[in-house]
Amino acid sequence: MTDMADIEKLVSQGHESGNYLPLIEAIPYASLIGLRVRREGDSVLFHLPISPDNIGNPVLPAIHGGVIAGFMEQAAMLHLMIFMNSSSFPKIIDFSIDYLRAGLSRETYASCQVWRQGRRVGNVAITAWQTDPNEPIATARAHFKLD
Amino acid sequence: MSTIEQRVQNFLSILRHCQRLGMSVERADERGLTLKLPYSDAIIGNPVTGVVHGGAITTLMDTCCGISTVCFLPEFEICPTLDLRIDYMHPATPGKAIYGFAECYRLTSTVIFTRGVAYHDSPDEPIAHVVGTFMRMGKPGRNGMLATIDGGAA
Repeated sequence: MTDMADIEKLVSQGHESGNYLPLIEAIPYASLIGLRVRREGDSVLFHLPISPDNIGNPVLPAIHGGVIAGFMEQAAMLHLMIFMNSSSFPKIIDFSIDYLRAGLSRETYASCQVWRQGRRVGNVAITAWQTDPNEPIATARAHFKLD
Repeated sequence: MSTIEQRVQNFLSILRHCQRLGMSVERADERGLTLKLPYSDAIIGNPVTGVVHGGAITTLMDTCCGISTVCFLPEFEICPTLDLRIDYMHPATPGKAIYGFAECYRLTSTVIFTRGVAYHDSPDEPIAHVVGTFMRMGKPGRNGMLATIDGGAA
């Protein structure tokens, strides 16, 4: 099992190098779906590369809706950790997702917007898209408990 | 095995990500669907505590709500998720399997409203409450992979 001090170290190392891969590799679920993070100036872009193991509907084929949701929840969590220098993992309180288009087996991206960060709770909006950021495949909103 | 259970098994077996997570059918009848998500290191979201990631629970419940339509529709129909909401009552216990139960509580000609719970030992002690709305897209094409879910030979 990992120590929280190790996680904090991985977060601060990510800040310095701009490479958050070691942090992601410490989170099994993020590794399972293959999530990647890219620093883009002052913000970060989350990337879910194509993976056959993430497929739900085999006919289209389409990414499982739960994977899209998990990708977006993990993106929101990392976004909070990266930007607030959290000393612990934000804990999910609730999560709501609207599916707007089929998430085909393509490169998928997500960006986050923290609308409110209180002492105890954070509210994050997440947008996911594939070919065009103006045509999102899903939008989601999550509340996290912050310690 | 009942017809509903067979259709549910057929449906779950073609969803690759669900196979990756090791999900299985626990119970399926006209009252609803129960699926099982075994605990595994691969779905840990918090490596400090070993607690399962919300994404794996969302996948369980999206699948459970989506396939529960099979328990309530006379024939298999394609029903993509319109929206889903999960409220966490408390974190899952590391090491324990998670069960998802879902039922359809309203069917219209265009949408299906579903609700359910994720739990360890009893649905009366839920880890999370879920509501999800699904679109009705009608029956799949006669010769596609989905056409075999009702048990018909391709």
